Formats: sequence, C-alpha cells, structure tokens
Amino acid sequence: MPGQLPGGETTNRMAPRTLFEKIWDAHLVREIPGQPSIIYIDRHLIHEGTSPQAFAGLKAAGRKVRRPELTFAVMDHSVSTKNRLLPVLDADAAGQFEALARNCEEHGVHLFDMHSKNQGIVHIIGPELGITQPGQTIVCGDSHTSTHGAFGALAFGIGTSEIEHVLATQCLSQFKSKTLEIRFVGKKPRGVTSKDMILAVIGKMGIAGGNGRVAEYTGEAVRGLSMEARMTMCNMTIEGGARAGMVAPDETTFAYLEGRPFVPRGKEFQEAVSYWKSLVTDPDAKYDSTVTLDTDKLAPMVTWGTNPGMVTQVTDRVPDPHSFKDPVDRKAAESALVYMDLKPGMRIEDIALDRVFIGSCTNSRIEDLRLAAKVVAGKHVSKDLKQALVVPGSRRVKAEAEAEGLDKVFVQAGFEWRDAGCSMCIGMNDDVLQSGERCASTSNRNFEGRQGKGGRTHLVSPLMAAAAAIEGHFVDIRKWKNLDGAE
Amino acid sequence: MQPFTKHTGLVAPLDRVNVDTDQMVPKQFLKFLTREGYGRVLFYDWRYLHGEKPNPDFVLNHLRYKGASILLARANFGCGSSREHAPWAILDYGFRAILAPSYADIFYNNCFKNGILPVTLSNEHMDELFKRTEQNAGYRLTVDLENQVVSDEKGLSYPFTLDPFRRECLLKGLDDIGLTLVHEEHISSFEQKNLRHPKMYETVDVKFHKQPAR
Repeated sequence: MPGQLPGGETTNRMAPRTLFEKIWDAHLVREIPGQPSIIYIDRHLIHEGTSPQAFAGLKAAGRKVRRPELTFAVMDHSVSTKNRLLPVLDADAAGQFEALARNCEEHGVHLFDMHSKNQGIVHIIGPELGITQPGQTIVCGDSHTSTHGAFGALAFGIGTSEIEHVLATQCLSQFKSKTLEIRFVGKKPRGVTSKDMILAVIGKMGIAGGNGRVAEYTGEAVRGLSMEARMTMCNMTIEGGARAGMVAPDETTFAYLEGRPFVPRGKEFQEAVSYWKSLVTDPDAKYDSTVTLDTDKLAPMVTWGTNPGMVTQVTDRVPDPHSFKDPVDRKAAESALVYMDLKPGMRIEDIALDRVFIGSCTNSRIEDLRLAAKVVAGKHVSKDLKQALVVPGSRRVKAEAEAEGLDKVFVQAGFEWRDAGCSMCIGMNDDVLQSGERCASTSNRNFEGRQGKGGRTHLVSPLMAAAAAIEGHFVDIRKWKNLDGAE
Repeated sequence: MQPFTKHTGLVAPLDRVNVDTDQMVPKQFLKFLTREGYGRVLFYDWRYLHGEKPNPDFVLNHLRYKGASILLARANFGCGSSREHAPWAILDYGFRAILAPSYADIFYNNCFKNGILPVTLSNEHMDELFKRTEQNAGYRLTVDLENQVVSDEKGLSYPFTLDPFRRECLLKGLDDIGLTLVHEEHISSFEQKNLRHPKMYETVDVKFHKQPAR
C-alpha cells in the first residue's frame, strides 16, 4: 500500500529501494505517465562559465529566480591563480565575472566572488561550507557535480537551459535513471588512492559504461574512505558515463558535516542525522546492474591515451593498438598514441614529463595536499620539469595548508603555490600547457587539448603526481618508503 | 525553440568514437555571454591550423561537405563536459540532426533544448550510412521526426525510436520551463509540505546571506 512519509513523499513501503530511489521519491513533485517526472532541486550551484545565458534567458522571458536562497554562485573557472588584486586582463573573463556579479545582485543570489575567503572550485566549496548535505538533490552547470554524491546526495551536471529551468522553477523535468552498483571487494591496498580506484572502474567499464545510470559505490574499501577520498571517486563518475555517483552517508559523513557553516545546528542537526541514517540502499533492493572490482588487484593508475578509460597500472606498458579486438577501439588507440606521442610497449615509468599539476575539483583538497607534501618534503622537483604547480581547491584549503606549513614544503621543493580555482584542469585562465608538452595531472580529463591545445595529459593521483615531479617521470609510489600512514 | 519536423540535407561524416564536448567547443570559447555565434569555432582544434587556416585534413573542411546539415557520428557522441556551447555550436554551424549509435547523457539532453534531433541508429545502419556518404558525393538524407524514419533518395529507409514526450516537444518546439510551470500548484504544495524536512532546511548561516534586492 502506498503511504505518506513525514517528508511528504509517497511510497510503497513494502518495496525495498536503493539509495537513489529513496532520494528520487522524496523529490517527486509530479509523476506524469509517459512524461519525464518533475523533481524538486534542493541546492543549485552556479559559476561564471555556464550561467550568463541562463540569466539572459530568464530575463528575456520575464521570469524571476524562484528560490534565490537555494542557489549559490562562485567564480572559479576563469579566475587567475596568481595575484588576484591585479586587474583582470582577459576582457572576456572580466565580462563573465561582471555578468555573474550583476545577475547575483539583481536576483538576490549569494555569490562567493574571487575575493571571498570562501572562494574556490564550486565542487570544493559546496561540501566544505556544508551547502552539500545527504539526501539532497544538487545540480550545477558542470559535469563534475557528481562530486557531491559522496554525501549520499543525488547530484548531477546540467546544461545552461536546465540552469535557467532551475532558476525559474526550482525543479527539473527528468527521466528516471537506471541504477548501477560499483562494488569493491576487499580492503584498499597501500599506495592506492580513491583516484586509482575510480580510474580502475573507468578502465574496466569504459567511458560510456555508465550512460543512463546513477552509480552507487559500495564495499568495505569505500566505507573506509574519508569524505574527501569519496568526493574524488564520485567526482570522476561522469568520466565513466554515469551522470551521478553516490556513497551512502555514514558516521564519517556526519562527522565531516557537523559544525560547517551551512549545516543545521543543535536539535536540527540531530533531526537531520536521523533522517540521513535512513539514506541507505535496503538489503533486498536490486540495482539494474553491478560492476565488481577486487581491491587486491588494484594498483596506482596512469592514463596513456586521450580519454580517462585509456588507463593502465603504473607497472604496465603502453598498450599496442593491435591488442584491441574491436576495430573501433584499435583505431581510437592508434589515434590516441599519435596524439600522445607514445610508442606501444613503452614502460609507463619511462614516460618523461614537462609539467606537473596538482589541483582541480578531483584532487585539490587538504588531504590531497598533505599526501603530496609528504612525498615531496625535503626533496626537489626534477630539473627536467618546466613547471610544477599546486593549486588549492579553495581559499579555505589554501589557508589550512598554509597554517600547516604545506605551502613552504611545496615551495622549498620547487613547486609554485597558487590561489584557488579550476586552473590547469581546464585552462580557461593562463595556466595552460603549450603544444607538445606532457603533464602529470591530478585532474579528471585527458581529452585532446583539454589543458591547452596540443598538450598531453596523464591523469594520476596526488601521490603519483608528486613522486613524478621529483623524478621527472612516472614512478611506482608503492616503492617509496616514507609513505607510512600517509594515506 | 525552433521546432523540428522533417529535414532534408547534405550529410557529413565524423568517423570517430567518443567525440567529447571539449573538441566541439574548446575552453577559450566558453567566455562569451550569448548563445549565438559558436558555429565558427565548432571543432576548432581539429578544424583550424595555426592562424585559423582551415585544416585540409579535417572532414568538415572538405568542399563536398560544405553546407552539410546532417552529421553522422559514432558511439558516445558528446561525452565529457556539460557545456551547452557544444549543441549551440552544432546548431549555429548549420546541423539540424545528428545520427549516431549512442550519445552521452548530458549532451543528448542538451540537444533537445535547442531544437537539434539526435537520432539513435544501430552500428550496422550507421556503417551503411557512412559508406553511402563516402561513396556518393552530395549524399543527402531526410530525417522525418513525425514518422520516425531516416531515408535517402535510393530507397534506404531506417526507422528510429525516440521517447514520445521528447518527440512531441521537438515537433512543437515547446518551452520546457513553460511546461513545468503548468504544475505550479504542485510545486508550491511540495514546498509547503517539505518546509520542515531535514533535506529542505533553509540554508542556516545568515551571516553569509545577502537579502534579495527587491
């Protein structure tokens, strides 16, 4: 029998549900046969890159922002990571910043501008400020919105038309996704981070393997991850094709959230926690499909090609395109190796680098920086490198790192220490690769030209990026002795 | 939104899997404030050499595909970034329909918001279309959304399926937001019912808040 829950959602109490289905049901405003459902959006995050046309559309249609207090704006994609007190030289970027500030002012949307102490990459600051909470629906005009699923929220990227839709209605019209369980069996080995875990997932199921699905990560190795490590994993869910990835909230989640600025306090926090505890997949609930990975086979990963699914273990070699059975894969691998200027059979550890980038919404949180700092402490980046860059994900992360002296560790090791932003992950500011340059990057996409036209990107964990910076080429971090307790 | 009913046009082939939206519109063009004018930069890094000189090796620069309005593509077309600049560029370049075996979710969704029809066909059918396009200069197709069929002048006829709601919206060029606002009463009542629900708590830190300029 359908029943009414305190939250107002109607459900069949008899049917076991997945975490995704519970959140979906709790946000159903209207279910119309033969049509997409209308679901309510709890938190809307916007940035300067994809929102101006949405506000313009809103204005052209004579509409208003329905719930301005549920939208949060930040400047992150195009901001300089150098001295932000200097004028913005890029006229187009300046235009974006001005448009965002004007739109937020006009509609009463809270903005963390580039001078705010809370500024940072949208997917870093949402969780860090406690804007992101379990059980919420969270959207943003950015595909890495999947990051917020680490809290047991349903979070996914949307286009600009949908940004306008959320601004106008606080709802989205959505078809219900299928569910995908990604289960890790066993404990996480030493030297392996959640970045390596998610790269292994994408390598296994391919970059379209999750299309049409919402993923949930399960298993002992996932439970053992910190919130920040879970965010890294959920962040790259979109690289496997699934728009959203989730981890059911637990004590780790609640402990992370308590006391953060936008998290309820006192009695309201306790009420929230008791609700959040219900956000787990029921024991008998069925996923539409399951992918299983054995953790004892996991190792540090390095991408060799031009999408995140072209990935292998650090101890491996660059694959021979002829080893791919499918002619389509073979052709893609051939084209990728030409772009990447790599020879089949070459050892991954022999790939020499020009630059190292530690940053992005994937890996620029305080734990990432601590791991990297531990690797480089007392050492110096290879003289063969042109640049080694550390870009904290937010100004809060930057301040915390500086309070711990991590900035000094990095600078003494020959890294540049920068202000917060998306930076060289997308290269919308002046942090870019030159054509032909090769970069070990803790970011999320190794697409052609992603970090700069003609630039060659290898995706790795912060541990692996830091070690590669010291040696000038990839090395197996598991062979390093000073890592005990570092991960 | 411009409706899509039936379209006949020149076909261009992009024989490459996993074409991501970074390739469609590279980052340096994500800084403009309008939805128009992105056709010039579509596939920028593939299409142009240094100094915006057209790259003669890139298929869309071949004279025979000039003026194409139907794009053949391969699996997982439009993966990666959510940037709607990608479909804006495709439309502005002149493409009204894309034919491919599969699409990435966000891109697929974004196409419908812009009056572009992304048709899904089997790999075998796509192979045949690529072959015919290559072998016949000036090869044209008709994409008929009303009857859900792709056809050429030589009798080829491939039916395709599409969600009926999406089809209806595209046929009529319906405004998505307008459609949702029809349910205003339900939205308000949902908000009322959930006001005190933990997931819906007002954001609490008032010191962060600016008051709306009313």
